[in-house]
Amino acid sequence: MLPFILKRLGLALLVAFTVSFISFLLLFLSGDPAAALAGETASGEDIEAIRRVYGFDRPMLVQYGEWLVSALQGDFGESYYFKLPVAGLIAERLQVTMILGVCGISFALLTAVPLGVAAAIRPNSIVDRVALFMSVAGQAMPSFWFGLILIVVFAIQLGMLPPSGAETWRHFILPTVVLGYYAMPAIMRLTRAGMLDTLNSDYIRTARAKGAGEGRVLFKHALRNAIIPVVSLAAVQMGFMLGGSIVVESVFALHGAGYLAWESIARNDLPTVQALILVFSMFYIVFTFLADVLNAWLDPRMRSA
Amino acid sequence: MKTILKTTALVALSAAPAFADKSDDTLNVAFTKELENVDSYFNSSREGVVLQRAVWDGLIYRDPETNEYVGNLATSWEWVDDTTLEFKLREGVTFHNGEPFNADDVVYTVNYVAKEENGVKTQRNVNWMESAEKIDEYTVRINLKDKFPAAIEFLSGPVSMYPDEYYAEAGPSGMGLKPVGTGPYKVVDVTPGQHFVLEKNEDYHDSPKGEPEITNIDIRTIPDVNTQMAEIFSGSLDFIWQVPADQAEKLATMDQFTVANASTMRVGYLQMDAAGRSGEDNPFTNAKVRAAVNHAINRQELVDALLKGESTVINTACFPSQFGCAQDVTSYEYDPEKARELLAEAGYPDGFETEFYAYRDRQYAEAIVSYLGEVGIETDFKMLQYSALRELNMDGEVPISFQTWGSYSINDASAMVSQYFKHGTLDSARDDQLLEWLDVADSSTDPETRVEYYTKALQRIADEAYWAPMFSYNTNYVFTKEVTYEPTPDEVLRFVDMSWQ
Repeated sequence: MLPFILKRLGLALLVAFTVSFISFLLLFLSGDPAAALAGETASGEDIEAIRRVYGFDRPMLVQYGEWLVSALQGDFGESYYFKLPVAGLIAERLQVTMILGVCGISFALLTAVPLGVAAAIRPNSIVDRVALFMSVAGQAMPSFWFGLILIVVFAIQLGMLPPSGAETWRHFILPTVVLGYYAMPAIMRLTRAGMLDTLNSDYIRTARAKGAGEGRVLFKHALRNAIIPVVSLAAVQMGFMLGGSIVVESVFALHGAGYLAWESIARNDLPTVQALILVFSMFYIVFTFLADVLNAWLDPRMRSA
Repeated sequence: MKTILKTTALVALSAAPAFADKSDDTLNVAFTKELENVDSYFNSSREGVVLQRAVWDGLIYRDPETNEYVGNLATSWEWVDDTTLEFKLREGVTFHNGEPFNADDVVYTVNYVAKEENGVKTQRNVNWMESAEKIDEYTVRINLKDKFPAAIEFLSGPVSMYPDEYYAEAGPSGMGLKPVGTGPYKVVDVTPGQHFVLEKNEDYHDSPKGEPEITNIDIRTIPDVNTQMAEIFSGSLDFIWQVPADQAEKLATMDQFTVANASTMRVGYLQMDAAGRSGEDNPFTNAKVRAAVNHAINRQELVDALLKGESTVINTACFPSQFGCAQDVTSYEYDPEKARELLAEAGYPDGFETEFYAYRDRQYAEAIVSYLGEVGIETDFKMLQYSALRELNMDGEVPISFQTWGSYSINDASAMVSQYFKHGTLDSARDDQLLEWLDVADSSTDPETRVEYYTKALQRIADEAYWAPMFSYNTNYVFTKEVTYEPTPDEVLRFVDMSWQ
């Protein structure tokens, strides 16, 4: 197992740095970093001065090499935009994103999996129809719009929850629902499909034939098998939420890592973007790895892989 | 978006009245953009200017109503010669951390920011200063690199004074996290980019800015305008600004809000490649084509339908209130027929095709493009990130683009016309005559000479139709009825001028 993990980790690092190189290149191609840094109010002379001071006039490879050397030593430098150490900035912003991501995926799983199971038990029933409707709506509704509707209803009309911000747990309820709802449809459809598949398989018939109770059949035999692809999907969704809850973070004024990444790209804030890309790629790697381990635990056949 | 707004508005009308913040003497304000760093020399945002005016003071102060210069941290000043200014400093002023204000602070601040290696972001604001020297405890001289009559304007605006001991230790990063100034408000909490809490400076000196009234100012960054509206409806915000015109119109119909509109110094204009940098054969090298572009656009209609508020049609390459910004120049009325004739005379009877670039305000740019289409100028419309367009522009690859310029709220024509017509990287005209005249205007210490030469230059820019000046911008301030505030035409939010009803 250990050589397997080490190999995976080595590969992951290689992937992360390849990604970082490509993103560095793309940022340079997308616009002049000196102009972005100087801001809209800068004159041509301001930009030239900033180019000299920050060394953007040197070859790109040299600049990348410089970044890489310090990054390998754990120094991600100072954000061009905020003039603050990138590590601290990201650590602070990640807290919000982590809370939001964990709550969002939990909400999605806790609602989608039961719904998916219920839909699979009685296909084409009213439960199935409602679940189908919810998933179609969730997929079709833009999350910024859904978020604003929730704000209008729960914050303005009912006055139950704060409209935006991240000060207390109550601030996280609406964003969690929006983010979770967005991830729900795929999980639910996959649960339903997996359950339908397994419920029609021979070993379920066998289990029923030997007199196992319906609950035992559903949860011990069927769900455990049906859930395997869901775990992989949820891991990807989780990675997606941590890196990409930009819209939700923006609507609810949660200053998280996703929003920071989005804004930093527009500002050509190289050190921040580079560090965030490393962090996000690590997330994906860790979560897919965790998903593999979980699946191996759920399905002994996968342990040999 | 509009539907959401209507829903929001309807719901709000039926909602319970918002709870008051007058009771705890805290004004809740929203910023839209994440401010990069509170240190005013290391940001180039409007939000940064707002905090700068609240937290720090300059040597001089310009009254936003009368445009008169009065002393602030300096009590008097005089030109020793063309490149030396001497200041008598105010005594008894202390910084928020207790450090007394004296000549050492001015000397340190000026010498620090004037040094290019220190990387001040808005170089233009400081690069005219050479150094500062202490004469005695409360007398200081600032040496200029060259003649620079706009010095007083800059010293009353973006150049503010920092505490020398603290700044030497904290630097821009430290100053950004724990700002220390002499201003009417002190900063008690900063979460970078997100949250800024200010508190009234009880020991504020007898400044022309006046005494602060509201005790606490709590500023949160809320990027989505709709969310800001939801917050102000639910009572958790008291003050929002930069509200889009259509939304402000609806808010104005509601009893619980005051909507105030004021013009800003930002001017929108079309820049055309008269110098032929994007290709010798490019149509905009022909003055008749440029004049045709000027005639093709119904600017009044743009102002009435899209910008609204205090916006006006602009005819010169500067903002009308700026010193030297002559208004009596050739102007081009809306006349599409004449535009077509001019195009025909220039050898384009059937019009031509061109790339058209913009980086902000897509709806304005699209409206302009449709006017151009009417007279036969077919455009390939390209919306770019600001920095990408800037780069193309500096490389001379842009035939025509919709640009805007806010002059850093500097009330002097040099902040605009001299930026763009003195053969710099963004000069699309490259006119030697203009360079010569603007050099005279920028460096003369005689106001009359300055006006004369700015007028000559602006007249020539209009005659040659190097640009097609479009309109000035405006901004909407929306606040609850509990707040009293009179916005100024320079888009600087002054907390010190706000009070409870």
